[in-house]
Amino acid sequence: MLAAVLGTGQTQHRTRRTDVSMAGLCREAIDRALIDAGVEWPQIDAVVVGKAPDLFEGVMMPELFLASSLGAVGRPLLRVHTAGSVGGATANVAATLVRAGVHRRVLAVAFEKQSESNAMWALSIQPPFTAPIGAGAGGYFAPHIRSYIRRSHAPGHIGALVAVKDRRNGALNPYAHLRQPEITLESVQASAMLWDPVRYDETCPSSDGACAMVIGDQAAAEASGRPVAWIRATAMRTEPTFFAGKDHVNPRAGFEAAQALWQAAGISDPLEEIDVAEIYVPFSWFEPMWLENLGFAEAGHGWKLVEAGETRIGGRLPVNPSGGVLCSNPIGASGMLRFAEAAMQVMGRAGEHQVEGARVALGHAYGGGSQFFQMWVVSSS
Amino acid sequence: MRRLRTCFTGRVTAPPLSAPLNISFDYTRSLGPVLGPFMTGLRDRRVLGNRTADGRVHVPPLEYDPATHAPVTDLVEVRPTGTVTSWTWTDRPLDGQPLDRPFGWALIRLDGADTALLHAVDAGARERMHTGMRVRIRWASERTGHIRDIACFEPGADSADRAEAAGEPVTIMTTPIRLSYTHTTSEDESRYLRALAEGRLLGQRCPVCRKVYVPPRVCPADGVPTEEEVTVRDHGTVTTFCVVNVPFAGQRLDPPYVVAQILLDGADIPIPHLILGLPADRVRMGMRVAAVWRDPASWTTSPENIEHFRPTGEPDSPYESYQEHL
Repeated sequence: MLAAVLGTGQTQHRTRRTDVSMAGLCREAIDRALIDAGVEWPQIDAVVVGKAPDLFEGVMMPELFLASSLGAVGRPLLRVHTAGSVGGATANVAATLVRAGVHRRVLAVAFEKQSESNAMWALSIQPPFTAPIGAGAGGYFAPHIRSYIRRSHAPGHIGALVAVKDRRNGALNPYAHLRQPEITLESVQASAMLWDPVRYDETCPSSDGACAMVIGDQAAAEASGRPVAWIRATAMRTEPTFFAGKDHVNPRAGFEAAQALWQAAGISDPLEEIDVAEIYVPFSWFEPMWLENLGFAEAGHGWKLVEAGETRIGGRLPVNPSGGVLCSNPIGASGMLRFAEAAMQVMGRAGEHQVEGARVALGHAYGGGSQFFQMWVVSSS
Repeated sequence: MRRLRTCFTGRVTAPPLSAPLNISFDYTRSLGPVLGPFMTGLRDRRVLGNRTADGRVHVPPLEYDPATHAPVTDLVEVRPTGTVTSWTWTDRPLDGQPLDRPFGWALIRLDGADTALLHAVDAGARERMHTGMRVRIRWASERTGHIRDIACFEPGADSADRAEAAGEPVTIMTTPIRLSYTHTTSEDESRYLRALAEGRLLGQRCPVCRKVYVPPRVCPADGVPTEEEVTVRDHGTVTTFCVVNVPFAGQRLDPPYVVAQILLDGADIPIPHLILGLPADRVRMGMRVAAVWRDPASWTTSPENIEHFRPTGEPDSPYESYQEHL
């Protein structure tokens, strides 16, 4: 059965949203999504909520205390949890509930209130019988970026080029946490080297934020008075965080998810047929890495699209016109923001960062140690 | 007494190693427009509920109406006295509970409220608890705008406590969380750790893919136990690495330092470890390194027996020899 995004909503993402509770943060996104979708509460059949590890806020199973605020009283409520990819997984679960004919309209919401804790602390807990050699989240991914550079022979400034593009794009997005229209290649390269080869300006921020969307079936979509984003295909794949021979640069689960996605969407040449992509890029170098993993470029050649400016707004494949994870990173919501921004593009509702003529868009998320991969293709017809 | 037993691989093994894992964090709660006034009220010895569209008064207050989904903005002050609607008794209070002596857990409907809140009643004895009993709030002596400003409830029909405004509105609450676990290793990992205590690095080979895992584990790719024990060398090759220049919460070392993936000779998966003994900017992919062990007298069942890795001075390994292990 067909399903479509009827509307999306997101919060103003900030380092600290101390003005709202977790419930208030979610409702800021939900209320905007309902208005955008033109849907009233009684028309919602089920609620799906996604959030990254509970240790991030120190609330065990937050869906319990949030149920009434999320509008779940009298309705099914599902919690989804796939680490940083959870926002994408949440959208995919909601889409699946509609496509399977279980529900007519499903509300999906994902959030993170990072300011209530410290994610770096939560990710650095050292169990007994291990050596104290933690390197933090950036330290986990930096060696794989080094591997990518070695393998692809990419020039050293590619990561900085991505950072400049995304931060300038973020300046066009009124919801973005970091909005830096003045950023330059020189200023990125002058920023502190945090986890060599990852610099400060090539790193995502820590944000409070939420994202929500209403997904409806064909009848609900056709009843909508506004353009919708038809969900052409979804894909999810998983692999172990570590195994002998794991390719951290070009993970098999991500590659296979992409191949399944393109096939299900009837897309044979993604670079040609996708008009805009929102890809989960928490460290700038992941843009060329994922361009290859997703099949937009041959292995080792993704950086050439970046260097040629093809991933800017106006290029062959604009990537993260919203500014992406590099500009706003409410971890649990970051994946759904990619999916929602893809939908906004094909609905023509992306405002200042609208890619002209966008008809087919990719939303992508990954999480864990490159363990979980979620993606979807949405289109205007 | 250490009891020996046989695991399914046929080896005679000691029980798995375990150790305590205690973690804690002082989380915050941004309270927002409903819970903020509620906590502010508690600080001022005042209990605020709120009224939903159906006319019911909720204590504690609800942020959103479960039926209409609208924000619940109609705050209503209720009395600090109430009635027990149901209860149970605990003889052995746990750490962190409101009282350190036996007490009653009760659902209490405060006068003026339509819903009950769960709290402790300091009744002294089980026999003094009953449904319908009248109770009043015993306020904490120092109040900060926190749910703990209600120390507990006590038997009583009236309250002489006066409310008093005591400062700025409360917007954030701190909630310390303490978690205590016993962390138990797998039998494979225990064998590895016991070998480490003897200065040996132990791997195990997967019977399906023939890959050697260090530390040993169920093969993540094939989902089967790894069985064949393989001693790997304490020499290896740096496959890739990161120079950590940034301090962060939970960090155990002072930056800058190099964390490398090291493929030990004889293993098929790298282990992360520190590289010392040369400037960080001279560490490179393919560099040959060797473990620097601590004094054998201090060895325990811990990977900390290896202090760090140092360069051996051998020629670098060719990229092709480790490119499958990046």
